[in-house]
Amino acid sequence: MKYAVIKKEDLNIWLEYLKKKARLYAPKQKENQFIFRPVKDVNEITLKYIPTILPPKKYYYPQKEKLFRFKVKPFKTSKAIKAFEEYILFAVHTCDIAGIQCMDVVFRDSPEDPNYLNRKEKMTIIGIECLEYCDKYANCTSMGNHVPRGGYDLMMIDLGEKFILHINSERGEKLIHGLAYIKEADEKDMFNLERVREAKKKIFKEEFTGPLTKVYEAFDRHFTSAVWQDVGRRCVACSNCTNVCPTCYCFDVIDEMKLSLNQGMRYRIWNSCQMDDFAKVAGGEDFRKGRDGRQRHRYYRKFKYSVDKYNRYFCTGCGRCTRTCMAEISLIETVNSLLAEEGESR
Amino acid sequence: MIDREILLEKMKTSPYKPMRGKIIETRMLTDKEKFFRIELEGKINLHHEPGQFVMVSIFGFTEAPISVCSSPTDKGYFDLTVRNVGIFTDKLHKLGKGDVVGIRGPFGKGFPIDNMFGYDILIVAGGLGIVPLRSLIRYIMYNKNDFGHVQIIIGCKTPQELLFKEETTEWMKRSEIKMNCTVDRADPDWRGNVGLITTLIPGVDINPARTYAVVVGPPIMYRFVIVELLKKNIPDHQIIVSLERRMRCGLGKCGHCQVEGVYVCQSGPVFDYSQLKNFKGECHESRTF
Repeated sequence: MKYAVIKKEDLNIWLEYLKKKARLYAPKQKENQFIFRPVKDVNEITLKYIPTILPPKKYYYPQKEKLFRFKVKPFKTSKAIKAFEEYILFAVHTCDIAGIQCMDVVFRDSPEDPNYLNRKEKMTIIGIECLEYCDKYANCTSMGNHVPRGGYDLMMIDLGEKFILHINSERGEKLIHGLAYIKEADEKDMFNLERVREAKKKIFKEEFTGPLTKVYEAFDRHFTSAVWQDVGRRCVACSNCTNVCPTCYCFDVIDEMKLSLNQGMRYRIWNSCQMDDFAKVAGGEDFRKGRDGRQRHRYYRKFKYSVDKYNRYFCTGCGRCTRTCMAEISLIETVNSLLAEEGESR
Repeated sequence: MIDREILLEKMKTSPYKPMRGKIIETRMLTDKEKFFRIELEGKINLHHEPGQFVMVSIFGFTEAPISVCSSPTDKGYFDLTVRNVGIFTDKLHKLGKGDVVGIRGPFGKGFPIDNMFGYDILIVAGGLGIVPLRSLIRYIMYNKNDFGHVQIIIGCKTPQELLFKEETTEWMKRSEIKMNCTVDRADPDWRGNVGLITTLIPGVDINPARTYAVVVGPPIMYRFVIVELLKKNIPDHQIIVSLERRMRCGLGKCGHCQVEGVYVCQSGPVFDYSQLKNFKGECHESRTF
């Protein structure tokens, strides 16, 4: 069985079932925005949502991750996390799944990161395919992430009265196995899936004015472009953009002591290349001074460096950085400005 | 992607956990720099290359990257020299013989010793640059017959700031090595050169094609010294430098040490000028002026 179907009226029954299987995280409305939360009541889950404030990154790469416990005297270290728990990420957009794939590449790269890998090992991803744009900020089509490209266990696609489920792993198969209300998809369902995908092609259009290869070339050529000065002038270095990015993973390390001052815990916490002391060394030299250089660095980590190193664009097209930016710096505009410069210089 | 079984094995141990390193000797070298000799549990060797660094942990004060200043030929212990510049280093300075610190590493790529075999060596050390270079110098001394003619140029601001005084005096006496010291500002007792380190380079006698120049110092020094070395016609890939960057992990993940697409903690800290000159603007050491 590769495709299955579930009627919408049976969805909550399935969710109750999933909730019993493992800790379930799903999107939920919070005022006029959306967030991923542990599911208490399945009725609170919303399937029609624009990208959540934070990507599900917070579950597999927590803001504050325990690294190890320590004792000062006598010098001793011990495990901070005894066991990692099984969890299901429910209704994840394809852009955020692309983000998880990027993080996989980084943390599997030698030297491997056991904290991330252990959390990833316990993760089940049930995705949901977007059939229309979330808002004007997304650039998922240019990044090729508006359609599923693997990286999930199950993918749900809305076919009107029911969801069709693409089964992409054994793990996914197990979550629907033996349930009377989930049936194998028939020819009509497959035809409907085709139709939905065709309709999608009319809605999703490339947001950048050129293909990704051209974007890469533009980044390669325009390191000293005035575009960066302009972005830098507007940036307020608040680091919102890196916090909400599904592929930003820079961190700092902190120690927290117990009141005894002899025992404590070492953590890693999210950090941002947009902060002014990020690249400053003890002697006072700052190797990335200026908001223009720091913003440029963020962009290059998405469109250039990661391509050179991993052959992968680290922008997923979710649009969060633009949506959250207080200075209204738009990723689509920035990239298109670079492309325009590339056009002029040719 | 590596084999799944290997991956699962790697998930059991954390590269963030430090080893136990006992301080067995300390000495103030100047009023700001302190020397530490550290012994790992079981007196195991660090197995580092000259030019590599370790992450030193003090629980409650996190970690900092520190260059190893002893040679891998010094067995059973390794040395660090640390300037007191911040909260972490201030705490480290307060530690003494018998105290324990955490050690992770060694990390990064050291000086390309094997490539340097058979070549003449010109070492240029500015300020604290002598610290990682001491590792290389001691290694070369120990394996002197592997290398050609060795010249060392040391520069610092004042005679008081000169590190490893006893050792440098001893190096001066050795006939197979040519040593030169210069200070920016002399005092009445100073009998060496006065002036910037760059003033000594035009005068060195080298066969550029057969010479490796190893330069370590503050960013501003690189810019001027590299120009002088290029004037001497030393090929780009035979000009070796070591970059200082902020580092929080040593594993190529935390992002702090990144210079454009390169993580200094993994791909460096040692680079050659042919790599350096390809950076477009984030490498202060190679920035043209």
